[in-house]
Amino acid sequence: MSKPVTRIPATNALMTNKRRDFMSYVWGFGLALILTLVPFALVQWQATTRGSLLIIIAVLAMVQTVVHFRFFLHLGRKRKREDLLLVLFSTSLLIIMVAGTIWIMANLAERMTPI
Amino acid sequence: MSWSTTLNHPLGLLDADSFPFLAMLGSDDSDIFINGLLGSFAAALVVISVMVVVALLTRYRAWRTLWFDWLTSADHKKIGIMYVVLALVMLVRAIAEAVLMRAQGAVGLDGGFLSSDHFAQLFSTHGTIMIFFMAMPFLTGLINYVVPLQIGARDVAFPILNSISLWLTVAGAALVMTSLVVGVFSTGGWFGYPPYTGTLYNPGVGVDYWIWSLTLASLGSTLTGINIAVTIYKKRAPGMKLYYMPLFTWTALCTAIMMIFAMPPLTVVTLQLALDRYLDFHFFTNGLGGNQMNFLNMFWLFGHPEVYILILPAFGVYSEIFSTFSGKVLFGYKSLVWATMSIAFLSFLVWLHHFFTMGQSGHINAVFGIASMLIGIPTGVKIYDWMWTMLRGRVRFSVPMIYSLAFIFLFVIGGITGIMLANPILDYQVHNTVFLVAHFHNMAVPGVLFGMLAGYTFWFPKAFGFRLDERWGRISAYCWIFGWMGAFFPLYILGLMGLPRRSVAYEQASYVPLEIVAFVGALLVAAALMALVIQLWVSIKHREENRVFVGDPWDGRSLEWATSAPPPEYNFPVVPSINDRDAFTAAKEFGVGYQEPDTYVNIEIPQNSAMGPVFGGTSFLLAFGLVWQIWWLVILTGLVTIGTLVVRGFQRDTLKIIPAETVCRAHRHWIQAARSAQPIKRSQEHTAANKGRAALETVEVST
Ligand code: HEM
Ligand SMILES: [Cu+2]
Repeated sequence: MSKPVTRIPATNALMTNKRRDFMSYVWGFGLALILTLVPFALVQWQATTRGSLLIIIAVLAMVQTVVHFRFFLHLGRKRKREDLLLVLFSTSLLIIMVAGTIWIMANLAERMTPI
Repeated sequence: MSWSTTLNHPLGLLDADSFPFLAMLGSDDSDIFINGLLGSFAAALVVISVMVVVALLTRYRAWRTLWFDWLTSADHKKIGIMYVVLALVMLVRAIAEAVLMRAQGAVGLDGGFLSSDHFAQLFSTHGTIMIFFMAMPFLTGLINYVVPLQIGARDVAFPILNSISLWLTVAGAALVMTSLVVGVFSTGGWFGYPPYTGTLYNPGVGVDYWIWSLTLASLGSTLTGINIAVTIYKKRAPGMKLYYMPLFTWTALCTAIMMIFAMPPLTVVTLQLALDRYLDFHFFTNGLGGNQMNFLNMFWLFGHPEVYILILPAFGVYSEIFSTFSGKVLFGYKSLVWATMSIAFLSFLVWLHHFFTMGQSGHINAVFGIASMLIGIPTGVKIYDWMWTMLRGRVRFSVPMIYSLAFIFLFVIGGITGIMLANPILDYQVHNTVFLVAHFHNMAVPGVLFGMLAGYTFWFPKAFGFRLDERWGRISAYCWIFGWMGAFFPLYILGLMGLPRRSVAYEQASYVPLEIVAFVGALLVAAALMALVIQLWVSIKHREENRVFVGDPWDGRSLEWATSAPPPEYNFPVVPSINDRDAFTAAKEFGVGYQEPDTYVNIEIPQNSAMGPVFGGTSFLLAFGLVWQIWWLVILTGLVTIGTLVVRGFQRDTLKIIPAETVCRAHRHWIQAARSAQPIKRSQEHTAANKGRAALETVEVST
């Protein structure tokens, strides 16, 4: 049971903890920003060919996911079973959606009358 | 969007012709006149109802109470109730539209009284409202109210986020309602397929109303999903293992997780359509490499899980009811949990069955067809578990049980027609006919809606402290059941006879008799709704005789019954420790049901916050601005919305404290009431003697 709140004066340990948290968010935000701006820039200035552009964007997107997991969802060093299950579950759903979409749309494209 | 256009058209596309009433007056075509009249009547109803509510609130000086006790509340119970109120209001409109459509059907041989455009708006709003603004708020409301109580928590994990979700949903609903008065709604059906919903075929504001109301609703639901999942993972009372959770909480958990994964495809695909419409992107037009078929794909990536998001909580409600009203433990608890999880997972594997006829190869159809049929297995497991729960129980045929029994009978029929439709060969024959309409209403009404209404009847005494009138409840239930059968069994046959869905009129005289039967059924459904209103009215009038302050009117089994009715703001004076399933039944059997704790402590609960209503208001205006392309409004409200988020970040006093003495006084008062109340037997639970204290008489049959 929680006692009536008395605000505990921030001790040193608390302060460093807070600081670490803050820095972790800053890192996450910075990385996410870079990983977003780079693909936009690549597209804007047509840095490479279409094929490699697509691959680069996909790879950056996946790195972005990892960054989110690590810095915002705090999945990281301390592994927990619950977390693992959720990550596996999410991944499998995403794979189902993406693979299913590609399968269906590619099949449709194949069956279209060529222009 | 140059500055000069903004200056010349400060109201964007809005002008006198945007009001159907004025447009009607300006026309001399009699057809337009009739449809305009109906539209104006509906619009007038909306405006008048709003004015009446405002007047009543002013008359009874209820504004302060409304604002401080309800709208800004972060209490999960009040938020839950507001969700259900929203759902019921929207249900009235959607049922009225359904009856109108059936009336048109009855006289639709070579004509009828509705224009095709008006008819299209009717099915589009009916479908959109029923799914997003009736069923979703209803189940979210029940979950919000019940789940924290069932797991022994004081509130959800993120109370203010909860309020924001509610208000986003309200904003979406308000947008749909606004479309009655200002402008028109989409004619593209509830799933709005392009290219029909692209600007080329649909230049007006209708589709934009649809897009933005769905965007608001889907954002609200995503946040709700996160909130509920985290609540169930993190806020369970000590000792409550996952396998001790009541089944309703299990279904809530699965639904919440599904919301997290299923809503984003919808948000994305409607936003893509918005980009197509506003900024000439070509995601879904064939120009410049677009592909409308991906819209269907993306939409149903959301759409199929969505129908299970709707049905799973209803399954949860039925599980609670079968067990409570049979006076027995739930049969096959673990199999029910596993069935729920399998359904949740499988529902992400079958979306293609909504577009078997789109033109992909047969083997793809076969794979998705088989996957769809698989869902029948866990569902069948559930049906048997429920029947075995009743077996050798002492079944009481009260209102929730009547709904549940009707559900078993009718849902099995719907399930069988579903399995028929899962076969692509058969689907080619009946897709896009009213056979399909009959099938999905078979799931949506006896499945979802009956479950919601059963839950409403079941938990109403908990939320408001008095029971609902039993007689009117029965009348309503029977009208729903037989009305539904009358309205939709004919559609199965009509579908096999070839009547396409969404037809405003038809040329086959042979359709007429069944159309008339369906209309009579729809009238009975309208009567059911009336009976529901009367029931509420009668119950409020006789509330004093029907008080159940002690809080356990049905000999309940899970923790929500172990507190007063209505429960205190903090739910439990002391968070209970759990070491079994059916925690409250166990407590009652061991005679430790109504105990005083040794000590009381101060309790922290979240402070009210205007964040939710403000957020709802600004996002409504933002969406309205987007619909009518009033850009200054969009920018302004966008900034305010972000501003409120920032301001909230600086707020420090987010908790308020309820002193131990207050808790102690309230709890002693309740214990006193419980001890002095006469424990009543189940046979008397509908009499005035029921003060909410159940006598111990359930004998557990070992299974
Ligand atoms: C029991 C009362 C109800 C009646 C009488 C009713 C009647 C109708 C009618 C006449 C249509 C148009 C059928 C057509 O296209 O030919 C329709 C469509 C639809 N209804 Fe209902 N309905 C009821 C309840 C519900 C409920 C509870 C839900 C969902 C939870 C629902 C969801 C829908 C949807 C999604 C559509 C399709 C709209 C579209 O074509 O885009 N209905 N309903
Ligand atoms: Cu489906």
